[in-house]
Amino acid sequence: MAVKTIAGKEVQVNEEGYMTNPAEWTREIAVEIAREEGIAELTPEHWKIIEFCREAASSSGAVPTLRAITSGSGVSTKDLFALFPKGPAKKVARIAGLGKPEGCV
Amino acid sequence: MADEPRKIAFICSKGNLDMAYPALVMGWAALGNGIDVTIFFTFWGMDMINKARVDHLEIPPVANASMKMNMMGIPGYIGIPQILGIIPGMTPFASWLMKKKMKGLNIPTVREYLEMLVDGGAKLYACKMSVDMFGLKKEDFIDGVIDIVTASDFMDMTEGSQIIFI
Repeated sequence: MAVKTIAGKEVQVNEEGYMTNPAEWTREIAVEIAREEGIAELTPEHWKIIEFCREAASSSGAVPTLRAITSGSGVSTKDLFALFPKGPAKKVARIAGLGKPEGCV
Repeated sequence: MADEPRKIAFICSKGNLDMAYPALVMGWAALGNGIDVTIFFTFWGMDMINKARVDHLEIPPVANASMKMNMMGIPGYIGIPQILGIIPGMTPFASWLMKKKMKGLNIPTVREYLEMLVDGGAKLYACKMSVDMFGLKKEDFIDGVIDIVTASDFMDMTEGSQIIFI
């Protein structure tokens, strides 16, 4: 466990860089992590998915996998990969201040 | 972080239901990790992309030493006599059972998995020699199959990839 300063705020992160306390997350943190992940600007489409993941994680306790995001939020697989290229589920989880998604689909 | 993105290529040579899944599951996991995915379908593996066959893949109980009665809820590892496996209807029954179990676990069908892979950016190709041998055409394949290519083309397009043969 380590402490990292993101967007001027100190947050707990694990050895893989995922935030461990979703309550420490802010929208400014999301913007900065997104930039680190190569997403220059978070559009309303990005936010819709980020918010869906945070809600799904807080209500079920499980960080949504790729298929859980597409079937739950209604966004298509194609759009999801376009919005968060190269590994969308992990990328969204990181930006949304959640842990790594677990599951094969 | 490596400079070149990691690349994985799968060669699917089997058309049985159980052998269709490894490339689909690993390919999807690879896309989820930002890895480039190419899948080459050859020989019986072409059933996975054949429009007329993809929804009808089967798992025959004959000569499958791992298939035990516990699949049907009977505890322990009691075998199924091979002679029962040859009774007409046993292969559809085993296939139905496996598909039912997968559906219960929310595992996509082969067709759906392939659509997800294509939408996620995986590139699908059919093997020219097998296509010629089975008398198939590009129109026989599901949408998303990019082209029919030779083994040599496959070698060119997978330079630097990790290759997994199934």
